[in-house]
Amino acid sequence: MALRACSSAVARGSLQLPQSFPVLSALLAPAARRIGARAFCSLHSQAAINGEVVGDGGATLEVNPPPSQRATPLTPEKRPAFMDYQSTTPIDPRVVDAMMPLYTQMYGNPHSRSHVFGWEAEDLVEKAREQVADLIGAKSKEILFTSGATESNNLAIKGVAAYYGNKKKHIITTQIEHKCVLSSCRSLQEKGWDVTYLPVDQDGLISLSELEGAIRDDTALVSVMMVNNEIGVVQPVKGIGDLCRKKKIFFHTDAAQAHGKIPIDVDEMNIDLMSLSAHKIYGPKGVGAIYVRSKPRVRLVPVIDGGGQERGMRSGTLPAPIIVGFGKACQVAKEEMDNDRRHVERLAKRMEDGIIKALPDVTLNGSKLHRYHGNMNLSFAYVEGESLLMSLRGVAVSSGSACTSASLEPSYVLRAIGVDEELAHTSIRFGIGRFTTDEEVDECVKVVVQEVRRLREMSPLWELAQEEKEGGEKTAMVWT
Amino acid sequence: MAGAVRRYSENVHEHFQHPRNVGSFKKGEEHVGTAIVGKAACGDVIKLQVKIEEGVIKDAKFKTFGCGSAIASSSYATELIKGKTPEEAMQLKNTDIADYLKLPPVKIHCSLLAEDAVRHAIEDYQKKYPGVTEATIAADEGPTSHQQQMGAA
Repeated sequence: MALRACSSAVARGSLQLPQSFPVLSALLAPAARRIGARAFCSLHSQAAINGEVVGDGGATLEVNPPPSQRATPLTPEKRPAFMDYQSTTPIDPRVVDAMMPLYTQMYGNPHSRSHVFGWEAEDLVEKAREQVADLIGAKSKEILFTSGATESNNLAIKGVAAYYGNKKKHIITTQIEHKCVLSSCRSLQEKGWDVTYLPVDQDGLISLSELEGAIRDDTALVSVMMVNNEIGVVQPVKGIGDLCRKKKIFFHTDAAQAHGKIPIDVDEMNIDLMSLSAHKIYGPKGVGAIYVRSKPRVRLVPVIDGGGQERGMRSGTLPAPIIVGFGKACQVAKEEMDNDRRHVERLAKRMEDGIIKALPDVTLNGSKLHRYHGNMNLSFAYVEGESLLMSLRGVAVSSGSACTSASLEPSYVLRAIGVDEELAHTSIRFGIGRFTTDEEVDECVKVVVQEVRRLREMSPLWELAQEEKEGGEKTAMVWT
Repeated sequence: MAGAVRRYSENVHEHFQHPRNVGSFKKGEEHVGTAIVGKAACGDVIKLQVKIEEGVIKDAKFKTFGCGSAIASSSYATELIKGKTPEEAMQLKNTDIADYLKLPPVKIHCSLLAEDAVRHAIEDYQKKYPGVTEATIAADEGPTSHQQQMGAA
């Protein structure tokens, strides 16, 4: 009965979750608008089966809460458009669907050997493991679950170093890696390891010949991230993998931003270790994985010791609900990858065209060709990033400006690609994803154009640049 | 990217959304002192101009390349100095600005830059119009001007 009610509600264009799921209804409402209500039907009918439906059995699921409802943090209407998909992603309703039973009914510890609660949790975890492996062309047994990509990066770098430390003493990475990779390398340097931080060119790409030149006899590992989180450039992963395989050096890649967005095959790309993150691919926060090649075998010394879970490589009770969510997110990503790519590319083009047609002196940071289009880092000359962020009400984005970081230094990634300091302060990162709508992109373009123009009117640097263009001499600046 | 949640005071937001005295005086306009202080590479540049007539800062204008705190600091600074004498304005301390705007510690340097801008703008004026101070103007104009004012009132 509930299913029929759901489908008629879908036909009417409105569905209403029963009172017993206030958080869930708020969570799912915006996503429902975008991807349709099939996921909700199954959710709703499950609730009905469990006798949790309150009120009339054919309840309507209200996608837009009535205006009379007071705006709260969970009310979709009052919140800005989320354009920061690199920082995290909204969870896909299908993933929540898959996780819910593990919170409500199947809440066992997957390591409990003696009862059905444990057995069913273990089965679900193993199924998720297969889904994670499947997305990257790996085997199930090569996937270890961790708390996220940061932990995976730590394990890959420190784990390899600790195991092969008596014969090897050198690691190669890049200057634009994520902080956790750079910090892990730095901690190894303190233990006597040599680390080469490869520079990148203006496009943000490393040079394969420079990499080859940096390889030594005692190099244990090359770690290069697949897609950069700040500027979206895609490194020549296949070339790196081939080179490392030839030289018999392990190749690790932080694929947190690439995973589920561009096709990855660990065998084709000769990847030996890979870090994955669930909350970057519309999965839950707090879980990730590390891929560890079995042939040729990569050995690691675990970073976390304990009960010996995950083949002794990563102890700790596996968080079954979020692992199941991660698996489902991977499965959905595999199905949706092509669709997502087209959606993101179309919207990225729409945004870029909208902004660049209306505003002069805007630069896209990073390679135009080798990029993931859902990540757009733009520099707006003569306008400081934090002031622009403050002005962009109604749009949630992030900045490469120093003012918004804890120190007063601008982004090291932008510096590495040669963006001069002045321009680095003007950078904003826009993130587009599966749930971004055309309206959000248009609103974002409108607000950005409006505010950049307003701030440029207030900017002495813009004024000076205009005067120069009109043929005036360059005014001498007093730098204090 | 690391970023502390920046909850600015209402005063900062007010000056940021509705800045006072944004703009520039016409090029070559008389009795204007101009200063451009700061460093684009650090993300903070303030251009401040003062128009001094009859020994008093009649008008002030600013343009700023910088974060919300920098814009608010310079906007508030122009408000503070309008109507003051150059000597009084030179007494402006960055703490006057920082306290009113309730700037967090990491943003105090913005108020320092605004103080710097005021100082340099007035010094620039004094370089262009040396010897013209409140005292000499009062001495020059004397009772005539006073009478005119009385007449007008």
